Amino acid sequence: MKLLIILPAFNEGEKIGEVLKNLPNKIPGVSEIEKLVIDDGSSDNTAKIALSQKAKVLRHIINRGLGGGIGTGFEYARLTGADIVVTFDSDGQHRPQDIVSLIKPIIEKKVDVVIGSRFIKVSEVPFDRIVINFLSNVATFILFGIWTSDSQSGLRAFNKNAISKIEIKTQKMEVSSEIFKEIKRNDLKFTEIPIKAIYTEYSRKKGQKNSNAVPTFIKMFLRILR
Amino acid sequence: MLIQILLIIFLLFAVSRVLLQVKSGNITAGSFIFWSGLFFIAIVGVLSPELTSRVARLLGIGRGADVIIYVSIVLLFYLVFRLSIVIEDLRHEITKLVREIALSKEKETGKSK
Repeated sequence: MKLLIILPAFNEGEKIGEVLKNLPNKIPGVSEIEKLVIDDGSSDNTAKIALSQKAKVLRHIINRGLGGGIGTGFEYARLTGADIVVTFDSDGQHRPQDIVSLIKPIIEKKVDVVIGSRFIKVSEVPFDRIVINFLSNVATFILFGIWTSDSQSGLRAFNKNAISKIEIKTQKMEVSSEIFKEIKRNDLKFTEIPIKAIYTEYSRKKGQKNSNAVPTFIKMFLRILR
Repeated sequence: MLIQILLIIFLLFAVSRVLLQVKSGNITAGSFIFWSGLFFIAIVGVLSPELTSRVARLLGIGRGADVIIYVSIVLLFYLVFRLSIVIEDLRHEITKLVREIALSKEKETGKSK
C-alpha cells in the first residue's frame, strides 16, 4: 500500500517545514509514504523548505487556488499509482496523528472516501466557522444531494477506486464541495471520522475566509448550470 | 431627430466592428449572426419607433421604449451569465495548462536524476 499525502501550499514558508516534519513516516498497513507539496505559485520559500524536508514538490508557475492544487495532486497520484491519497492542509491546522485513523477504514476496505470532520465532536471550533460550515453543508446538500457534517474539511482520504474516478474541475475553495459532488456522481462509499482542528491566528488567516462563502456558493452554482 | 442620427451612426459603427471581427476570424459565425442581428434590429427600431410601440402594445407594455429597456436588461443579464461561464472555462483551461507544466517539469527532473 502506497500512501500519497498531498499538501497544497501557497506562501506557507512559515509553517510548511514544521508540518512536513511532523507527518508520520510509518503507518501500520502502509508500505510507502510519499509527501507531495503542490507549491501553488508561492512567492516565498515554500518550495525550498519543502524540498529540504525531503518532500516531492510540484510547482504551479502561477497561483491556481486550492482546487487547482488538489487536482494536480490527484493527477500525480494516478501517474504514480498511489493506493491511498490523503489531502492535508499545510497551514498546521490538522493533527498528523489523525491520518492514522483517517486511512483505517480504507485499509480495512470498508469505504472509498473518508472525510475528517471537525464537527462530529464540536469543540474549540470558532462560532463563525460553525455557522459558515453549517450553511455550506446545506448548500452542498441542496446542490449535490449529499449530507455531510463538514463539507469544508481539508483532511480527507481516498482509495484507488476514488482516485481513479474523481475528476476535479474547480479551482478554488469550492473544491471541498465538489469532492462531495464527485462522491455522489461516482456512487462512492464514504464515511466521516472525528478530527480535531488546531485553530491558530496563522491558520485562521490562511484558511478559508468567511467572506469567501458567498462567491464560493455562486461558483458551485454556476458549475452545475453549464 | 438628432438622437436617431446619433444612434444610427453608433449602431453602424458597431456593425462595422462586428464585420471586422468576423473577417479577422476573432468571432465565430454564430456570434456574427447574433451581434449583427441584434444591431440590425436596433437600427430598425431607431428608424421606425412606431414599430416598437406596436410590439409594446402586443406584449401589453405601455411604451416602445420600455420594451427596449426590458429586453435589453434581460439580454444583458443573460450575456453576463454566459460570460462568467466562459471565464470559468478559461480558468479551468489555464489550470490544466499549469498542471501539465508542473507534471512535465517533474518528469524531466525525475529523468535527469
